[in-house]
Amino acid sequence: MSVNIQHYLSDFELLHNTVKDDWFSERRRSALNLFKETGFPNSRQENWKYTDVRPIAKKPFSNVSKKTVAISADEINAVRFQDLDCIELVFINGVFSKAHSRLEDLPENLVVENMADALAKDKDLLAKHLTHYADDNVSPFTALNTAFIQQGTYINVPANIVIEKPISVLYLSKDNAIPFATHPRNLIVMSEHSEATLIESYIGLDDTDYFTNAVTEVYLSSSSVLKHYKIQQESLNAYHIGNLNVMQGKNSQFESHSISLGGALVRNDIHSQLDAEGAGVVLNGLYMTGDKQHVDNHTRVDHLKPHTHSTENYRGVLNGKSRAVFNGKVIVHPQAQKIEAHQNNANLLLSDDAEIDTKPELEIYADDVKCSHGATVGQLDQNMLFYLRSRAIDEETARSLLIYAFADEVISNINFAPIRNRLEYLIIGQLPDATLIREFTNE
Amino acid sequence: MLNIQDLHAKVDNKEILKGLNLSVNAGEVHAIMGPNGSGKSTLANVLAGRDGYDVTKGKVCYDDQDLLELSPEERAWKGLFLAFQYPVEIPGVSNVYLLKAAVNAIRKFRGEPQLDVVEFLSLVKEKMKLVKMNEDLLNRSVNEGFSGGEKKRNEIFQMAVLEPKLAILDETDSGLDIDALKIVAKGVNSLRNEDRAIILITHYQRLLDYIKPDHVHVLSDGKIIKSGGPELALELEEKGYDWVKEEAEAA
Repeated sequence: MSVNIQHYLSDFELLHNTVKDDWFSERRRSALNLFKETGFPNSRQENWKYTDVRPIAKKPFSNVSKKTVAISADEINAVRFQDLDCIELVFINGVFSKAHSRLEDLPENLVVENMADALAKDKDLLAKHLTHYADDNVSPFTALNTAFIQQGTYINVPANIVIEKPISVLYLSKDNAIPFATHPRNLIVMSEHSEATLIESYIGLDDTDYFTNAVTEVYLSSSSVLKHYKIQQESLNAYHIGNLNVMQGKNSQFESHSISLGGALVRNDIHSQLDAEGAGVVLNGLYMTGDKQHVDNHTRVDHLKPHTHSTENYRGVLNGKSRAVFNGKVIVHPQAQKIEAHQNNANLLLSDDAEIDTKPELEIYADDVKCSHGATVGQLDQNMLFYLRSRAIDEETARSLLIYAFADEVISNINFAPIRNRLEYLIIGQLPDATLIREFTNE
Repeated sequence: MLNIQDLHAKVDNKEILKGLNLSVNAGEVHAIMGPNGSGKSTLANVLAGRDGYDVTKGKVCYDDQDLLELSPEERAWKGLFLAFQYPVEIPGVSNVYLLKAAVNAIRKFRGEPQLDVVEFLSLVKEKMKLVKMNEDLLNRSVNEGFSGGEKKRNEIFQMAVLEPKLAILDETDSGLDIDALKIVAKGVNSLRNEDRAIILITHYQRLLDYIKPDHVHVLSDGKIIKSGGPELALELEEKGYDWVKEEAEAA
C-alpha cells in the first residue's frame, strides 16, 4: 500500500521548530522514524484483520495544533457533565483551552495539567513514565502519537489520598475548514494508596471529518485505584483510534468503562498488565453502531503474576450496515498461578446487514487457574417483543425498550450515579423513540 | 363480544385449528378444555396476535371489528388481555414501569388522562392485595427469577390492573399448587362482572372447582366438538376425553 505520509512529516517539522530542542525531541523523532518505516497497519496483520484503516491513511489530515477555533460556553455546556462538581480540562481541536477548563482549588499536591506544561516543567517525573507503557512497536498509531506528543492530560495523584471529585477531560472537535488530526497524549500516575476517577470524553460538535489518535498511559502504584471512563461520541464522519495502556502494581485496581457511540471508523485498544500480586482489572464496554459505522474493540490482559484477576463484559448493539469487531485476549503467563479471568461479549444484531466479528481468546500457560469466556450474537427476542406488545406497548417502543435493557446491563454496572445517569441518557438518545423510553425510566 | 367462525390456522405449515366456532358474550365465563395438542394454546395465540400463526380461513369478530386485522398492541388497547401459559422473563425491564406504560397506553387510546405516579401506585397497591403479590416483585425485572407460581400471579395481577374487556387465560392453572390456585381463582372471580368476558383455557377440571364457568367447551383436533354447562367439566374429569371424541365421530 503506497500512502503519502508527507503531511505528517512536514507537520512534525513544524512542531519540532515550535518546541525547539526540548528534552523529548529525540524521542519524538525516533517514533516518527519508526512510523515512516512501518507506515499504517494493513489487514494482512492479524491485529488489523477486520479493520481497514485505508480511509485514514488516504486522507491528508493535518495537524492543526497552531490554529484556534472558537467554541462558545453554550456549546461546551451542552456536552459537558453540567451538574457534576468536577475538575475539568477542555481541549478544542486538540488544543488545551485554559479559559474553558476548571482547574481551581485542586487538592494539595495533585497535579492535573496540560501535557505541554508538564513537558516544560516536570521532566524528571515524566521521564520515568511517559512512553513506558504504550509501545510504539505494537501499533504504528501509537508511534505517530508519540511523534506528536505535546497536547494532552497529565495527572499525578499523590500517595494516600482519595480525589473525591472526578477529573473530566473533554476533547472537543469542530469544523476547521480542513480535515485535521489530533494526537492527544495522556499520562496518569497513581501513587501508592491513592484513588481517583477519570472521564475521557471525545466529542464531535458537528459532522465534520477529522482524525483523533489518542494514547493514554496509566501507571498504578501499589494499592491504588483508578476508575476510568471513556465516552466516545465523535462525529459520524470522524476517525478515532484510541489506545489505553495500563501497568498495574501490587493490589492495584483498575476499572475501565468504554462507551463507543460515535465515529465512522473507530478502533479502541486497551492493554492491562497485571504485574504484581493482587492486581485486578475490570473491563466493561458498550458499543452502539448504525449506518455504515465500523467499531473495533481490542482488549488484552496479561496476567503476569499469581493471584491477579480480570473480568470483562462487552456488549454491542448493531444496526444498519454497521460492523463491529470484538477481540478480547487474556494471557495467563507461566508463573501466574491462582489467577481468575472471566470474559464475555454479547451482541444484538438489529438488521440483516449488520455484522459482528467476535473473538474471545484465552491463552493459558499456568495450570492452577480459574477462567471462563464466551460470546453470543443474537437478535431481539421475539417472545419478549410479543409479551410487551400484548401488554399494550407499541412495537417501536417495545423494541427500543428491549435494546435499552440489553445495553443497560453494561451501564448499570457503573456505580457512580452521575456518570451512569448521563450514559443512560446518551443511550436512550441513540434509540428511535427516545422520549417514550425516557418516560418509561424516569420515575 | 367475541364471535369466531370457521377458524382455520396453521403453525409451521401444519393445520392446527380446523374450523373452530365460538361465541362469547359480555358477562360470561367460558372454559375451553381439551387434551394436549388439541389446539388450545394456538387459539389463545391467534386471538392475541402472535406472529407465526397463519389464519387460512374463517373470521374473528371482536366488538364488531375484525380482530385479525389488528396488531397485538391494538388488541390490548381495545381491551383484550392474554394471561400467558409461559410468562416471559425480560431482564432490565421493570415490572412496575411496564405496567404503568401499559395502563397509560390504554388510557391514551381511550382518550383518558394519563395516571400520575401517585394515582398509579394507589391503583397498584389495591390490586396487589387481590393476588397477594409481594411488593418486592413489583420492582424487579419482568418475571425475572420469579417462581412458577409468582409468574402466574403476576399475570393475574396485570390483568387486575389493566381491567380488560376480554381476558384469555392460557393454562393459568398449570404448575400451581392448591394455595396458589386459590389465590389466582380469587383474583379472577373478583374481576367477573357483566361487562367483562373471560375465557379459561385449561387441561384440567381442577380450576373450575374455584372459578365456575357459564359454558364449557371441548376442543379436540382443532374443533369444538361439544359444548355444555359446568356439569360437562365434571363429566370430563370423571370419564376423560375419549367418549366425547367417539360421540363426535359417530355424529
